[in-house]
Formats: sequence, structure tokens, C-alpha cells
Amino acid sequence: MSQQSIAMAPQPAAPFQWKKFFSMENRYLAPAFITCILLVGQLSFGFLESYKKTVAAILASLITELILGWIYLGKRPILASAYISGISVGILVRSPAFWPYIVCAMVAIMSKYVLRVHGRHIWNPSNFSISVLLYLAPATVAALSIQWGNYLLPMVVIWVLGSIIIYRLHRFHITATYVVSFIVLSYVRSLLTGSPWLSEVAPLTGPMYQLFIFFMITDPKTTVKSKKWQIVVAAMVAVVEMILRLDHVVYAPFYALFFVGPAAFLIEDWFKTRSAIPAQVPA
Amino acid sequence: MKPGILTRTIVTIVFFALVFSPLFIRRYEARRDESRAKLDLQAALAGHGFYLQEVSKQAGVNFVHEAPTLDAKLAHIMPQVASMGASVSIVDFDRDGWPDIYVTNSKEGSKNALYRNNHDGTFTDVAEQMGIADVNKAGTGVSMGAVWGDYDNDGYEDLLLIKWGKPELFHNDGGKGFTRVTEQAGLPAWVNANTALWFDYDGDGKLDFFIGGYYAEDVDLWHLSSTKIMPDSFEYAKNGGRKYLFHNLGNGKFEEVSEKMGINSRRWALASTAADLRGTGHPDLFVSNDYGVSELYFNDGKKFHEAGQETGVGFAPKSGMNASVGDILNQGRFSVYVSNISEEGVLIQGNNLWVPKEGTSGDGTKYENLARDFGVEMGGWSFGAQFGDLNNDGTLDLYLTNGYVSLDRNKSYWYDFSKIAGGHALIINDAKNWPAMEGRSLSGYQTKHLWLNDGSGKFVDVAPAVGVTDTYDGRAVAFADLWNRGALDVIVANERGPLLIYKNTVTPENKWIEFDLTGTKSNRSAIGARVTVYWNGQQQAQEVSGGSGFASQNQRRLHFGLGKFPQIEKAVIRWPSGKIQTIPNPAPDQIHEVKEPE
Repeated sequence: MSQQSIAMAPQPAAPFQWKKFFSMENRYLAPAFITCILLVGQLSFGFLESYKKTVAAILASLITELILGWIYLGKRPILASAYISGISVGILVRSPAFWPYIVCAMVAIMSKYVLRVHGRHIWNPSNFSISVLLYLAPATVAALSIQWGNYLLPMVVIWVLGSIIIYRLHRFHITATYVVSFIVLSYVRSLLTGSPWLSEVAPLTGPMYQLFIFFMITDPKTTVKSKKWQIVVAAMVAVVEMILRLDHVVYAPFYALFFVGPAAFLIEDWFKTRSAIPAQVPA
Repeated sequence: MKPGILTRTIVTIVFFALVFSPLFIRRYEARRDESRAKLDLQAALAGHGFYLQEVSKQAGVNFVHEAPTLDAKLAHIMPQVASMGASVSIVDFDRDGWPDIYVTNSKEGSKNALYRNNHDGTFTDVAEQMGIADVNKAGTGVSMGAVWGDYDNDGYEDLLLIKWGKPELFHNDGGKGFTRVTEQAGLPAWVNANTALWFDYDGDGKLDFFIGGYYAEDVDLWHLSSTKIMPDSFEYAKNGGRKYLFHNLGNGKFEEVSEKMGINSRRWALASTAADLRGTGHPDLFVSNDYGVSELYFNDGKKFHEAGQETGVGFAPKSGMNASVGDILNQGRFSVYVSNISEEGVLIQGNNLWVPKEGTSGDGTKYENLARDFGVEMGGWSFGAQFGDLNNDGTLDLYLTNGYVSLDRNKSYWYDFSKIAGGHALIINDAKNWPAMEGRSLSGYQTKHLWLNDGSGKFVDVAPAVGVTDTYDGRAVAFADLWNRGALDVIVANERGPLLIYKNTVTPENKWIEFDLTGTKSNRSAIGARVTVYWNGQQQAQEVSGGSGFASQNQRRLHFGLGKFPQIEKAVIRWPSGKIQTIPNPAPDQIHEVKEPE
């Protein structure tokens, strides 16, 4: 989901250094982390719909990126972000059919090249494609919405590891803002609806949210630039999600980011344009 | 390099075509379903070879299932907790050659019914006079299902009744009444069970039985000491009821041997069936679990070993609510149908049709889920299903009932349900954390499915076109030739709803044959006996079952459709004792009563 690796310059080979590994300079950090989540989830609990579907999503994502990268950039693109998109689709999409995995992965990558404003894509690719599919194909597609298992330890490990990585990538404030907002707003929802507070918080304990908060809302390519506004946008995602949840929208977080992310980006872009900042070359 | 306008236009068109492709697929499927939904009985007879008519009232059956009222601590989610108990099993309890119907009720103090077949199209409830009606007394729990088997080989089918409460065994006294023998048999004091079956797992000629627990057995749902009784995960729960395997000692007593025999699970069992899936002569045990993976216990006659993972059926966790087997490709091999939950926009598990993989057999048997390829995947909140040849064309069709809780049509509980379903064990496990239902439906008012098998791997849903139009919260389905006409009728038990009897009218052009088996060396009920009919260059295998589907049992008599102009080469019976009996050129359109050769 996160696209930070696209714009990174290649690094020369060097002895392994933990500090460097957990840094913005390591384009393989996020792919390594999401691969860990995949492996832990699958080997511990067998949580995938099937290996084949996940592999199909990853392959569809990589191939689409290769083709469009060659068409648009004239060279082989760095595939780290496409790998993350593919693996995210493979984990988050739940469908007994095969085609949603391929279509979703392809749409995710294509959205980066087609839906652009001033040289930048405005939606997080997997957020866009999963939201579209959930909305347009509800009879065939759902999203991962259950636990991987009953154990606290894997969840704690993923939260801790994810937090460390996100912190090293200087985006922990986004995750933290969203989580705190979600918890506070859960209490508000509980007061408004009369539902037990724990039932309102419950979704946050699931793996879908772990992927959402570590990979989707932190995506550098589709978030605003200033730290202050990143915090505001993360809080806004939580607020819009609450509104959608009050309307009983099951996939509220995806849709909230779908609306808020591009809106924030466009507002920022409008301000930039007014200041006559030139558009960037597509990554 | 920048792409030209043409390239960019093409990429953009492809992109939007992909984005909107789900809409095109949906529109196509909606049109197709619409064309199949028109009900015209004569057209159904001509086009599909049969139609169904609901005749319970004309048959004198006015049974309506009532749900229990559990502990007040569950009041806020009572409709979804007290959501099972409607079951149906077919038995010829008085051996008059006509199938009778036993149905369970679940309200405290309510009565179960035994509908004796009057041979004239009507039935009379004789449960009270037979002593098996008043079985839901306060303090003893309430009925969840019943299966029949002649455990003492006296020629009359005995009744095993499972409950959320004390399971009961009733001995059939020559078709004239029943005697409760629960204590003598050694049944446990309390099991919150939703599935049970009779089978002779060790081939000693005496029927044993299996009971699968749902809630843990130390939970009394009417007197809760804690509200932490719910599953600890929506798809990985292992805090359900234990399993029981009772070995028949032959003196009216049973010994519980589950652990000794390799069955040790606390998954939330909802359905089970037994059949020889590997051709070993021993019945294997398939258990469909709610909140988790299915389990397949391979049986070598002396011990079971769980082979869910290695065969492929225990890989992806879902919400198993049915287990039925059928030789759907007329290859002499059984596929297994497991029902799950699919709710548009929320949860798409899809049902599973586990078909044996080509090139695998015996202990190396592997299964692949071909429900989507065969067209039997999407069934809503699915419950009981059965395979049977409803139009006598020579291939097994599939009937599926569904629907969970039908309350307010305009208000859905799904959003709240999905919230809690995603929660950690500490949250989902405690009923007090579950949002109140407040009269809302949860996958209610669903239309049923009747899939016709074209014999080449495709099933087509014709439910409304052949007369299946009810939208009750269906639970159990059983097939029986209720009026000995060579047609399988469909009996459906609905939660908080009426018992439905769909009388089947089949085109007379399609022939049939039925086998009514009696074991001698094998168990008298012949449960586990396999009949393979060879005709017109094809074969179909069926086994006498001691329980299948969800909370149901079909008639013991095996029914085969044969299509037009059948040339029956032979019928081969493999008795549970291992004895093979061949009947050359059996006549079609007849019920063949066959006794195991001494």
C-alpha cells in the first residue's frame, strides 16, 4: 500500500546495519514487514483465502507495474510498492472467486498512472481498488474482517514491530493520531448508539486495521506534506469513518480514506498551485 | 519517455473497463436469474422434469417450531443465540413400509412430533402416545436434533435425541411405543449438541454413535454463571463443546471412546456425516464446524486420524453448517457439501463443494473446492442441504435451505455483527459485549436454492421455477419418498416457522429404482451399506446414512433416478460387514427390498 519506495534512489551494497535497515532509506523495509505479516498469519492460522489467489494478486500487480512503468517511464520501475499493493490485495480481499484478486491488483496499479493530478497520483492504490470493488461487487467481494487467531502475542508483536518501523519512517504520528482518534470516537459512538464500548473498539483489534494504519493511511505518496496537516488529515479520516459507521457502513475506514485522502491532497495541491510550485515528474 | 495520447487513452479505457467490470457481471447474472424465476408448473415439468408443491396443510401437518428463551443475560442477542433446534428426520418407526417424520421443537415445555404416515397422503402425530413428545421439559434442555438407528438389531429403529441439555436414547418397542434408556446406555448428563449420527465405525455389526458439541458442555444456557460463553474467534474458535464417540457394547450399554479413538476437538460442531470416502470399507467422519475449519476423520476401523489439513478440507476457516455427501459426477466417489455464510457487502465465505481431486485416492485422497465452478457456491446464510435426484434424470441434485434470523425486514443487524466478529477473543467471547439486536434481522427472508445437476459439472438454480418460494429461516432438509411413488419429496424444518412438505411430481418418462436394505451380519439398519447402480454405461453410488445435512436424516431407503430408457446392468451392494452382493438386471420403477445374505 505504501508507495514510499518508488522515489527512493538505489543504495550501494554495504554491511548489514540495523539502524539503516529500519530507516527511510531502506525501500525493502515495508515489503519485508508486510511479508512477515503474511507469513505469520498464514503459517500460524492459515488466514489466506488461498495461496493461488494471493500469488495471482501479487503477480497481477507486478506485471501491471512492469508494463505501465515501461510505457510511462521507459524503464523497468522499482517493484517494491507494486509488491506491497499486490500482497495487500491478497490479504485484504476475501472472495471465493478468482477474478477479484486480479482485477483489484490491476486497478490498484493502474490508478497510479491514470488518476493523477499535477504528476502525482491522488489515491492510495490499494485503498482505491479495494474501495471500488467493495462498492461495485458486494455480492462477490468482502474484505478481511476477522481475527487471525485468538492469541494476543502475534497481535502485540505486529503492533510493536509496526510501530517501530513506522516511527523510523517518520510517520508514527499519523498512525498514533488515527488510533487515538478512533478510540475516542468509539466512545462517542458508544454513547450515541448505546452499543457496548468494547464492541465499538473491537474492529481496531483485527488485522484489517493493522494493515490499514501501518500501510494505507501512512502512504507518503498520497498524504499531505506537512506533519501538522498529516495529523489533521489522520484525525479527519477517523471522523469521517465515525460518520459512516453511524450509518452502519461496514467498510467505513476504507471509504473514509477514499474520500478524505484525495480531498486533503487536492486542497494541498491547490495551495501549491497558487504559490506557483511546478508539478513533479511522475514517479 | 512519455506515452502518446493514443497509448494513454487505451490505458485509461482499460482502467475504467476494469473498474466497472463488476457492474457488467452483476447485470448479466441478474438477467440470468430473472429468467429462471418464473413459476409455471407445467413448464417446470417439461423443462426440468419435476415440480414441487407445498402440501403440509393437506397432509394434516401443522407443526410450527418454537425457539427457547435462554438466560436473561442473553436477552439482547436472544434471537441469534436461540436460533437452532428445528430438525427433521425420516424413519419408518413401525416398519409398515411407509416413511414417517420426526420433528423437534425447542421451546421449554414444547412437544416434538412423530408424524405417522397414513398411506393416503396424510399424517397423524403419534409422538404423545409413543412417548417421545414431551422431551423439552424445563431443566432438561430443549431438542436440537434426532437421528434413528437400530442399535440392538431388533428390527426397529431407535431414537437418539440431542439437545442443548441432556441427550436421550429411546428404545423402539416394536413400533408400539418407546422406552427411555438414557441412563442404562450411559449417556452424559449434559451436552449442548447440534449434530449426531449413527454409524458402525468398527464394523462389528452394532451401531455406534457420534455427538458433536456446540457450546461447551459445562454451559447451562438457562442459568449462566458467566456471559463468556461465545466463541473466542469468528473463524478460529476452539472453545466449543467436546465430541463424543459412543461404542456399542452390545448389551444396551455404550462406552465413550472419542479420545481413545483419536477424536479430540473443541471446535464448534454444527453438522456431521459419515461415509466411506476412500473406498476402505470403513466409514470416515466429516464434521463441519462453525467459527472454524471442517474436520475430516479418516477411519481405519480401529482408530481415527484427523486429515482435514492434508486433504484440503481443513484449510480455510469458515462457518460450516452442513455436511452431506453425494456422487455428483456418477463416478462412484463422494463429494462433500459444506454450507457457510455469504451476505452481500459484508461477508462472502461461499459454500464449499469438496470434490475428490483427479488422480488421488485412498489415504492420499485430496479435495478441491469446486463450488464456484459447479455453481453451488452462493447460498446466503446457508444451513441444511441434501443431495438427491429430484427429477429422476440420473444425476444428484442439491437442495439448500437458508436464512438466519428474520425479524424487521427493513433493519439489519449485520453492521453490528461484523463489528464484533472482527474483535479479539477477549471481546467476542463475552456475550455482554455483543450489541443488542433490537428486533433487527440477520440475513433474514432469504430465498432458497434448488440446484439441478446437468451431470457434467454444472448446477443450475431452479428453486422458484419449480415451486420453492418460501423465505422462512430454514434449518434442516430431509428427502424421502413419502408416498412410495418413486419420487423424492422434500421436508424442511424452519426455525420459528412451519414444517414444510414439498410434494414432488416427476415426469413419468424418467425411471427410478429404490433399495430398502436390511442387514443381518451387518447392523440391521444397514447404515453404511453402499449400493452402486450400473446403467446405460454409467454408475452411481449411494450409502445408507445415519445422519447428514444439518440436524437431519434422510430416509434409509436409497433412491436412484435413471432417466429415460434405462438399461440397468446390475446393482452391487457392499454391506458394512464387507460382504458384496450383486443383483443383476434389477427392474426399474420398483422398490427392491434386499436382505443381507447370511
